[in-house]
Amino acid sequence: MSNPLSPHLQVYRWQITSILSILHRITGVVSSLGSLIIIFLLFAIGSGEDFFDTVIKLANNLFVRTILIGLTFSYLFYFANCIRHLFWDSGYGLDLNTAKLTGWLTVFLTVVLTVIFWMMVMGIF
Amino acid sequence: MVQFNLPDNSKLTDGDYYKLESENKRVKKFKIYRWSPEDDKNPRMDTYEVDIDDCGPMVLDAVMKIKNEVDTSLTFRRSCREGICGSCAMNIDGTNTLACTKAISDVRGDIKIYPLPHMPVIKDLVTNLKNLYKQLKSIKPWLIKQKQEATDTENIQSRNDREKLDGLYECILCACCSTSCPSYWWNSDKYLGPAVLLQSYRWLQDSRDEERKERLKELDDTFKVYRCHTIMNCTQACPKGLNPAKAIAGIKQMIAQQ
Repeated sequence: MSNPLSPHLQVYRWQITSILSILHRITGVVSSLGSLIIIFLLFAIGSGEDFFDTVIKLANNLFVRTILIGLTFSYLFYFANCIRHLFWDSGYGLDLNTAKLTGWLTVFLTVVLTVIFWMMVMGIF
Repeated sequence: MVQFNLPDNSKLTDGDYYKLESENKRVKKFKIYRWSPEDDKNPRMDTYEVDIDDCGPMVLDAVMKIKNEVDTSLTFRRSCREGICGSCAMNIDGTNTLACTKAISDVRGDIKIYPLPHMPVIKDLVTNLKNLYKQLKSIKPWLIKQKQEATDTENIQSRNDREKLDGLYECILCACCSTSCPSYWWNSDKYLGPAVLLQSYRWLQDSRDEERKERLKELDDTFKVYRCHTIMNCTQACPKGLNPAKAIAGIKQMIAQQ
């Protein structure tokens, strides 16, 4: 009988630091894929008025809009958390309480910036 | 290759329930991981009711009480019962810690106890730490001098230099940190993990050591150090309040500055 492997992911309690770490990886991948959408938008701008209008109509579709908001969140989170990583790489902010605080700050900033960005897009702001 | 699910022989099943015949209302349930090499059954979760008014304050007290009074086959490591030997490291209430310094009253609801995560289980809460010890040996955790001949004097160190070892020398090698680290779960064959890297940093910081360059050269590959992504489960878990994540960041800086 071979020895079993003890449970790991299944039982380990999530911490704010570990959640943000995996979110960093996920938003990194999403942001890379999302750059294709940005390229597509630039292409649309270069393709003349008709095509651009079609694309904008598409972007106003609720489903597409949700994806775009998610993408904005992803970019802003990745950006903010990268700054956190830069500080860590220079040897700052590695104490547990500081890391937790900057973690929550990153989440807060990401949400606020996403909201402001979309208020500007919708012309509310 | 990263495998998120447990292999078939490691999947948990429901175990036995040991009810307490007691008038006492302050009964706490301990759900404990059990596996024995003597039969070919999968691991199971046994539940034990413990009267916490008739038990010491720590989780280890309860586990020992269960072994003494309810089920003598329950297997775990323990020795000093005061947080200095590192034997009773286990996963309690979702995080790795020492059973002897974790208070029962710190856990709300049932107390779930598993062996240290993502390790081969020898029996119940006892895991095989061979790989970790092999990795520890690989970083040469001892003082290295260029000239090995005997001298008449001690290896003198200034007060300031000695202080650089604070927060590093206290490590008791309980393995709570390394086995809390997802990177170590997926890459324990090549990544050294927080416990061993903290030890490595302890010798890199020692003013008396003359092997710094060689030590850094040894560490400088894509896996040994750089699988650390500052997830910080290690620092969160350390029962001695040390900071392996910071030590690893220190190593990365030393390599970069070379």
